Amino acid sequence: MYTQALNTAETDDRGLEDAVKAAQFQARIDAEERIEPNDWMPAAYRKTLTRQISQHAHSEIVGMLPEGNWITRAPSLRRKAALLAKVQDECGHGLYLYAAAETLGTSREELVDAMLAGKAKYSSIFNYPTLTWADIGTIGWLVDGAAIMNQIPLCRCSYGPYARAMIRVCKEESFHQRQGYEIMLTLCRGSDEQKAMAQDALNRWWWPVLMMFGPPDATSQHSDTSTKWKIKRFSNDELRQKFVDATVPQAQYLGLEIPDRGMTQDAEGHWCYSEIDWTEFKQVLAGNGPCNRDRMAARRKSHDEGAWVREAAAAYAAKRAQRQTAQAAE
Amino acid sequence: MATPNTPLWEVFIRSRNGLAHKHVGSLHASDTTMALQAARDIYTRRGEGLSIWVVPSTAITASDPAEKGMMFEPAESKIYRHPTFYEVPEEVGHM
Repeated sequence: MYTQALNTAETDDRGLEDAVKAAQFQARIDAEERIEPNDWMPAAYRKTLTRQISQHAHSEIVGMLPEGNWITRAPSLRRKAALLAKVQDECGHGLYLYAAAETLGTSREELVDAMLAGKAKYSSIFNYPTLTWADIGTIGWLVDGAAIMNQIPLCRCSYGPYARAMIRVCKEESFHQRQGYEIMLTLCRGSDEQKAMAQDALNRWWWPVLMMFGPPDATSQHSDTSTKWKIKRFSNDELRQKFVDATVPQAQYLGLEIPDRGMTQDAEGHWCYSEIDWTEFKQVLAGNGPCNRDRMAARRKSHDEGAWVREAAAAYAAKRAQRQTAQAAE
Repeated sequence: MATPNTPLWEVFIRSRNGLAHKHVGSLHASDTTMALQAARDIYTRRGEGLSIWVVPSTAITASDPAEKGMMFEPAESKIYRHPTFYEVPEEVGHM
């Protein structure tokens, strides 16, 4: 999902750590206790979570770009206000998540630098372009819908600060999905051209959205420890299936066709989808998606152009602190 | 010029009068004014509060979780501090 670049196996350095502490830690996890920042935790747990939460944060921040693209071109004031609020929410989500990641001991500055240097990843989905207004509807409906599917179980993640951030995020995300579906509904009830635009957006986003859930369970390398530590509660394929089952009827209501002609319903009512093109997924993760370079360039530009603001704010705070010290000394 | 990391603040919000301020999260800001403004933008976008406190994270002294036994266990054995420890006949009624 937003942290799908966790594809390398964690080195197991628990041999170096106190085995008793590790056993006690696992017992707390098994008893559904939450782990808090100052509690003892295995180094690999800290490392996994720092990567996962910071990747999630980077995804929220980069996720502002494809939607920000349409703020000035929203078709009405109502849509514009909603899109502005949504993009502002994504920024807020990024900030809650950076704060949660920092409780593990890495500063936000370091986390952001790692992303800008290309060392940390963000979700593959944000490397696709938003070509028409229908893409904004589709992102809300499907991308945020998939995100909710992934984030609801994270509200029960074993790490307290992450779980609490997710609760706030999920509450706000619901508006995002509904506003997206409303955009789609309006287009589907509009002119033939508008409906065609909605269908075109669905055609382009469907497969990349399914890829958001990450590689199939058979090839996912990091799931075992994450499951044991109760960071992850459902497998990639389980969440993907839940999402597909929830989404098919929504598409039917819109009168749109999911671009997967082979789709059938099994005896239990689950929708079976065709093979996903994992080569495309790997290419996008490796930096070769349609917008990877654009997104990174936009983030770096924004960071560089904001440098003077950070410097000025720091200088002003330092000056004021100095003045206060001087006054106190008089 | 290398800018030092922006200080961290803890944010507390009173959701409505009559309730205590509650910790909601943290943020980075250079000074108190910016911390308050950022807290408003990050934590009260949907009318979550009527009052905000921001406290420099460095000003908080926390107990050590490793010492939680020493800190809190003494209270656990003192069940006579709870009303249910005492027997009051039913006839006496609610007390």
